[in-house]
Amino acid sequence: MSTVPLQWYLLLAAILFGIGLVGVLIKRNALVVMMCVELMLNAANLTFLAFSRQQGNVGGHAIAFFVIAVAAAEAAVGLAIVIAIYRTRGSVNVDEARELREEG
Amino acid sequence: MTDLFTAEKIAFFVFAVPLVASAIGVVVARSPMYAAMSLVAAFFFMAGVYVLLSAHLIAVLQILVYAGAVMVLFLFVIMLLSLGDERPELERLKQMQWLGFVLGGGGLMALLAWISREVAGAQMATVGPDFGTVKAVGRVLFTQYLLPFEATSLLLTVAIVGAVVVAKERI
Repeated sequence: MSTVPLQWYLLLAAILFGIGLVGVLIKRNALVVMMCVELMLNAANLTFLAFSRQQGNVGGHAIAFFVIAVAAAEAAVGLAIVIAIYRTRGSVNVDEARELREEG
Repeated sequence: MTDLFTAEKIAFFVFAVPLVASAIGVVVARSPMYAAMSLVAAFFFMAGVYVLLSAHLIAVLQILVYAGAVMVLFLFVIMLLSLGDERPELERLKQMQWLGFVLGGGGLMALLAWISREVAGAQMATVGPDFGTVKAVGRVLFTQYLLPFEATSLLLTVAIVGAVVVAKERI
């Protein structure tokens, strides 16, 4: 077999997901956090496509299509929320936007 | 040993290594603008990996929707808000962040170990030349996944209206 094994794609997807997860955890800029979420969504897409290729079933491509559509919708609404937060507080730091948090 | 360096595997590394590098660039970049540019590069390399998986339609969509539309939206917002660089002393303050970092890294290591153990030796199916083309994916989308497909259009409409309502100061 000369093709790239499934394992390599899964490892690549896991590494990308890990990078995105670390970014979500350590970055405080809401925009960069959203970019890292996009990275994690891409890693999930890669997993879908890799298994789809392994099974020879094109259904995974349809799922990846929906993931892309949902990610676009998420980016639009998320960025609108970021703009609204910036307008009211002049900052996009996710630690400062916790008005709804319980006191204490 | 010749099996290790077939053209397809070399192409995989040509895309995978810069992909991981630019993904790390998103996280380590100080300025959001550099992070966005790294992410655009990562999306392009990701599209290359998708082509290796014979996912031609998804690779084109990746370039059009992600690297095109979504990232332009991100760049618009970054420039609109004219954000400065992050201050490192504010950026990493909480111990919870380091706890999350460690837990996330540990979970990733467990996942990597599991993949290396369980999926080793899994063979790819042999697929025809029309696998992953617009025709093949479109047929599935409009038969088996017709309801989710229509729901996606509704979702996008809701997202557009929601974005306008949230971002506009006064309707």
